[in-house]
Amino acid sequence: MNTLKDKTAIVGVGATPYYKRGRSLPQTPMELAAKAVLAALADAGLTVDDLDGFALYSMGFDTSLLAQWLGVPEVRFTALLSGGGGGSAGSVGLASAAIVSGMAECVVSVMTLQQAASRFGASFAPRGNPGAVYAAPPSPEGSFIQPAGLMGPGQMFAVLAQRHMYRYGTTREQFCEVAMSTRDNAIRRPSALMREPLTKEQYFEARMISDPLCLYDFCMECDGAVAVVTTSAERARDLRHRPVYVGASANGGHGRWGQAITWLGMPDEYFASSGHRPVARRLYDLAGVGPADVDVALLYDHFTPMVIMQLEDYGFCGIGEGGPFVADGNIRWPGGALPVNTHGGNLSEAYIIGMTHVMEAVEQLRGTAINQVDGAQVALVTGGPASIPVSSLLLHN
Amino acid sequence: MRGVLPADVIGLSTSPATEPFWRAAASHRLVVPRCTTCGTFRFPPSSFCFNCRAQDVDWVGHDGAGEIYSFTVIRHAVIASVADALPLIAAVVELAGTNGCRLVGNVVDCDPADVRIGLAVTLDWYDVRAGESVPVFRVVT
Repeated sequence: MNTLKDKTAIVGVGATPYYKRGRSLPQTPMELAAKAVLAALADAGLTVDDLDGFALYSMGFDTSLLAQWLGVPEVRFTALLSGGGGGSAGSVGLASAAIVSGMAECVVSVMTLQQAASRFGASFAPRGNPGAVYAAPPSPEGSFIQPAGLMGPGQMFAVLAQRHMYRYGTTREQFCEVAMSTRDNAIRRPSALMREPLTKEQYFEARMISDPLCLYDFCMECDGAVAVVTTSAERARDLRHRPVYVGASANGGHGRWGQAITWLGMPDEYFASSGHRPVARRLYDLAGVGPADVDVALLYDHFTPMVIMQLEDYGFCGIGEGGPFVADGNIRWPGGALPVNTHGGNLSEAYIIGMTHVMEAVEQLRGTAINQVDGAQVALVTGGPASIPVSSLLLHN
Repeated sequence: MRGVLPADVIGLSTSPATEPFWRAAASHRLVVPRCTTCGTFRFPPSSFCFNCRAQDVDWVGHDGAGEIYSFTVIRHAVIASVADALPLIAAVVELAGTNGCRLVGNVVDCDPADVRIGLAVTLDWYDVRAGESVPVFRVVT
């Protein structure tokens, strides 16, 4: 089979500082994107003259303007994965596909985010506060969901979490362990927005946002940009850093996962899941490795229960056993069997729609991470749970 | 009715596929689309049957009896204009006899401490404005 396996590598990563929602003003989102791209190219030892492609996700942005600003000599590829945040890891797979097919040589994946004018926490709410009304009503599908008050992703994922608790006996103590272990990792990182320790007492005293999720089960709302440069494995070997090879990438999901949290009609078999099961299976098949080979997992952590469900769907434990798996200390750094989100994740470092996870995987595989997993050789990176596509990457050094 | 959003933050839009649902809802009748060809229920109403790809449906009347499949209790106002309506119970209800068709709505006049997955519910209607009603549920006591 003709696959991407080991034919491309990530050679550069770069980011702006991370900001709480709205604090990146007066910079524009495009300005943040350009800064991240330039930083990632510099990290690789490349320049804009080497750049010829863009691979985006989550509706992307206007690459024509960015190319114009930066003076890219020739754009040969610009594309995005459809859907939302589920495409983060997959955008690097898209870059790799462009390179392996000969359409481009050096492709940057970028996320830029500024939540000054609107916020993800109220994605499906009427705009403007207070007394808000819908400028346009919800979609015909959303009109079956939003009248019940489901106006933000956290409220909707709470419904999946509740079902997971009912079906498998998962507990809030287990969600708390995800929040606390992730915070522990963020404490040591200067880039992290949340660097104070989080105790179990604080977790259980925090206000409930949408049962069973409390404040600390939610990621943050942030501004910032992250860029990742991918090129051919051959060229990567001549660049500044040890190449981080793309073993495989997959994106998609069951068709009936579909719009997921914004319709809530998924089949019972995988309603209380991350939607990643088919993607995980394909990723491992393409890479020729399995969960036992993964040294560090960077799992999209917008909400704590979704980390537990991904641990199940990626085969680190059985379906329904994710809660006990985290309670046993397995995702802790250092010492856990599978350190998870060693950078502090979306929960405690910054929420740049999953791209910080790709950056952390690269640092782990270069051996330069702040919370370095000893001898890390294989990293898993995921994008989503979200509507289709969700995505993932298997990287190795 | 306690446990619903203020009318002015509820907006509805329809498509040709969903319009019959809302037309029936306005007169407090629940209708569920069932594929004319293979008999599969689908929800929300859509232009194609996910099982057989046929387009035609029969709009089957349903009394709204079902059970709570999952839910959340919304306690934080993501926009200020919903604050007075909180807490709100948003439930996903599996409709009896439909092979897993689910309808989303508030469980009304219910203490959030009393809501559980698996509880039997019946249907009621929240009249948002003239000609617009949305389904809500009451726990069977």
